[in-house]
Amino acid sequence: MASRKTPLVATHWFPLTVGALTFVAIGVIFEYLLRADILNRYIIPLPSDVLAAFERIVVEEGVLTRTGVSAFEVLTAGIACIVVGVPLGVLLYRFDIVRRALEDWIAALAAAPIVLAFPLFLVLFGRGSTTVIVIAFTYGLAPVVLKTLEGLIETRRVLINVGKSLNMSEMQMFWKILFPSAIPSIFTGIRLSWTFCVIAVIGVEFLVNLGGLGQLINDLAERYDMPGTYAGIGFVILVSVIFFIILEWIEKWLQPAR
Amino acid sequence: MASTGAIAMRAPVSRAARERRETRDVFYVRLLVVLAIVAIWEGISWSGLFFGDVVPSLLKIIPALFKLLMNPVFWANLQITLIEAAASLAIGAVTGIVVGILLGSSRFFGAAFEPYVYYLSPTPRIILFPIMIMWFGVGISSKIALGALSSFFAIALSTAAGMRQIDRVLIRVGRSFRATPWQMATKIYLPAMRLPVLTGIRLGLGNALITCLLAETKLSNQGLGFMIMQIYTRFDMPTLYALLIIVFFIAGACNAVIGMLSRSTK
Repeated sequence: MASRKTPLVATHWFPLTVGALTFVAIGVIFEYLLRADILNRYIIPLPSDVLAAFERIVVEEGVLTRTGVSAFEVLTAGIACIVVGVPLGVLLYRFDIVRRALEDWIAALAAAPIVLAFPLFLVLFGRGSTTVIVIAFTYGLAPVVLKTLEGLIETRRVLINVGKSLNMSEMQMFWKILFPSAIPSIFTGIRLSWTFCVIAVIGVEFLVNLGGLGQLINDLAERYDMPGTYAGIGFVILVSVIFFIILEWIEKWLQPAR
Repeated sequence: MASTGAIAMRAPVSRAARERRETRDVFYVRLLVVLAIVAIWEGISWSGLFFGDVVPSLLKIIPALFKLLMNPVFWANLQITLIEAAASLAIGAVTGIVVGILLGSSRFFGAAFEPYVYYLSPTPRIILFPIMIMWFGVGISSKIALGALSSFFAIALSTAAGMRQIDRVLIRVGRSFRATPWQMATKIYLPAMRLPVLTGIRLGLGNALITCLLAETKLSNQGLGFMIMQIYTRFDMPTLYALLIIVFFIAGACNAVIGMLSRSTK
């Protein structure tokens, strides 16, 4: 009995299927409770209505265009984070005294609730995409800087010694040894940073009713379109999860073979 | 021989001197950075580059800061926000630790449900706010619910990870004493994984605080987030800067306190 059961539980697909089926079961239970009027339909829409609303938000609400707007903002902010963050990390690595002075401050910046300053950014940059991009950039910058620095510091001693024994110049040392060895760590920073950018972009769009996917949810909620709101939220979560999975996949691909 | 001894004696002194010099240099760099920021700030402020008062001089922000700290309304709102964050954290921590123990103690549960928790954890939580308003109303309960939800993920994930790195021997000791599940949790699991749990709580507190504040800016009639929006609507920029400085300071202080707590339990 035990020998038959263990392999099934230990497989990769079985637990995942059970997990997915659990969520389906929860949906079915809610459907039943709502249809039986045990739960209030004005507060929780029927799961079947939510599923039906997916088509509606794609066809009527221009979800794809909105995804494009949000994606543009995330990518612009994310690329700006790389362009500014990686050189800053290198700078901190090169000048030890600056690193010792500022590393803690940058770490504190990473934990600071920057998105909360959105009224300030609205005043400074106006109500538009620029504001969203600037907030996302500020929010996502610190991880790139810190992880670039970490990657450079953790370059294996052996590699540096090889470079020294080949009498490399400082530039050669950086481009041939330090930077390539730091790439996996830098990408970890980029993954964190772009995750922050997604949170900031959608959050700010929702909060100030501006632009892409965040605004869609705000709109639907203000219209009291319950199935639409739930479907919109589901869509945003789905898109961000796919985005994270892709980032994680690239990150794993860049990890050195062990 | 004598000269070697002299070098050996001199070495520690020079190292101490070097460390002192480096500490001093670090201080100077920091001072320089702060002065540069202040100079740039004041420069922009006086240049008239931005519309009046968008970048107010520090001479206006500092008095606004003191005025704010003297204002009882600020303290009342702070109290509301802190209550929300604390309640969020309490709910998020209890549910997170329970779920984390379940996910971490059973390989099957972990494989079945942890991917969902893991991939949902970095999604933007604030978009769930409309649902929370429907369920819990516009008062503080909806903020607490959203805050609890956002602290839950970090705590559940680090508890689950913490469960897996517990020394197997400790678990076997518990089993051989025939500990009940409750005893296993309180005597073996939680003490053995207090560090990852505290890390989770630190992240969770940050998430709870920021989520409550953001939710307050969206829809509420009390709390610091509400106060920020009120000040923004009045276009009272010096006070807005002052309030944001205070909020950032509070967030930093919360982080530091739990960081200290986890260092002291090491």
